[in-house]
Amino acid sequence: MNVLGIETSCDETAAAVLQDGIVKSNIISSQLVHQKYGGVVPELASRAHQRLIVPVVEEALHIAGIKKEQLESVAVTYGPGLVGALLVGLNFAKALAYGLKIPFIGVNHMEAHLYSNFIDEPKPNFPLLCLIVSGGHTQLVLVRQFFHHQLLGETLDDAAGEAFDKVAKMLGLGFPGGPIIDKLAKQGNPDFVKFPRSFLDEDSFDFSFSGIKTSVLYWLRGHKILPADSQQITINHELLTNLCASFQAAVVDVLIEKIMRALRKFEVKDVAVAGGVSANSELRRRTQELAQRQGFKLHIPKFEYCTDNGAMIAMVGWLKLKGGIRSDFGLNAVANLSL
Amino acid sequence: MSQTFKTCSEEETIERGVEFARQLQRGDVVALTGDLGTGKTRFIQGICKGLGVQEHVASPTFTIVNQYDAHGIIVYHCDFYRVHSVADIRDVGFEEYVSSGGICLIEWAEKAHQLLPAQRYDVHLRLGNDEQIREITIEKIVEVEV
Repeated sequence: MNVLGIETSCDETAAAVLQDGIVKSNIISSQLVHQKYGGVVPELASRAHQRLIVPVVEEALHIAGIKKEQLESVAVTYGPGLVGALLVGLNFAKALAYGLKIPFIGVNHMEAHLYSNFIDEPKPNFPLLCLIVSGGHTQLVLVRQFFHHQLLGETLDDAAGEAFDKVAKMLGLGFPGGPIIDKLAKQGNPDFVKFPRSFLDEDSFDFSFSGIKTSVLYWLRGHKILPADSQQITINHELLTNLCASFQAAVVDVLIEKIMRALRKFEVKDVAVAGGVSANSELRRRTQELAQRQGFKLHIPKFEYCTDNGAMIAMVGWLKLKGGIRSDFGLNAVANLSL
Repeated sequence: MSQTFKTCSEEETIERGVEFARQLQRGDVVALTGDLGTGKTRFIQGICKGLGVQEHVASPTFTIVNQYDAHGIIVYHCDFYRVHSVADIRDVGFEEYVSSGGICLIEWAEKAHQLLPAQRYDVHLRLGNDEQIREITIEKIVEVEV
């Protein structure tokens, strides 16, 4: 069965074709734009999605080697996200499915991150503990079986990836901050500054990362590295690497601690990390170490399935379709859709 | 006329937001400015608490706009940190939010300066000398008829 998955909830316009659960194509606009238009960073918001949706879907069909008439279902993100952006994908998907007279399935973006773990082998077993950590989200979810989720905790302020981006900005580094900090941190001393770890209440699975951001800011100001009256930072390479390592260690400590808390409370043998921040090498190293120590199976999807992508949307579509679930054409975009 | 407050903790910044929310009505726009880490999101968490929002209020930096329900009034929580141009802000439907009859709370409002209504609240947050201290200036901007 051929399922087309479409994702337009935030910056990326993405589409993928799944054939009986196997990814046949997975197209993301930033790559397409890069290849075809020479490295232009796509602009934010719905105008870009409107411009890109047709070429991205066409490319996904082309790479998969099928014609649109061979599609048997269209799955699309209907939330959470920016309404204007969501509507582009949702309306396109509805029209396509309606025209082709095939089922259309609305997908929760966060649910799709959970099931990105089911794209490649080995597939996780239930119950599955999943940490979704990206620029826009930080959630810890317990999945007891297909589509039975329990949101254990989420960020009370900034997402982990957002903290990386904002600290990178303070340090005068580029965007996105995650990969740059990760790279510099490898050469630095994680114990150089003990930035505070916000673990919240003893039994809380929630996260808070705005405090770490503020601590870095005050450290820079206190050491006259970032003058109060200007944004211009002067910093030598060694100090920069030490700060990156110390900041990264603080964020990863918190993420690891929350996984450990959940492992103490719930009987879980499979743990997954999804979302863009799962590419962070320190988070990978620490979760792998934890997996060995605690004897759980660790799942981290391939990077192309970690960032926003169409394959994970198609995967949820396929799973739902197998379970006899389809959506009504009256389905609307829901900006603050929760799990 | 403007008023300046000093807060000594995140909780106090939230509390100031709760108090400030008492005067807000349908259609009001609150434009927040201030550097990273000055407490814009905290202050807005207070406003939302004061307005009776039950949902979880987090930073919308990535999604640009979050929306919540406050006893039937829609609260738009915008964050233009990642936005590069006024065209992008128009694209996310900002002008519709402002004129929707909801309450519009905007972080990094300086980026939307040209699109802000003449009548609004400006809230500026600054870092104090101590890590916990913040200075919050609130000014009601009133349209002057010529």
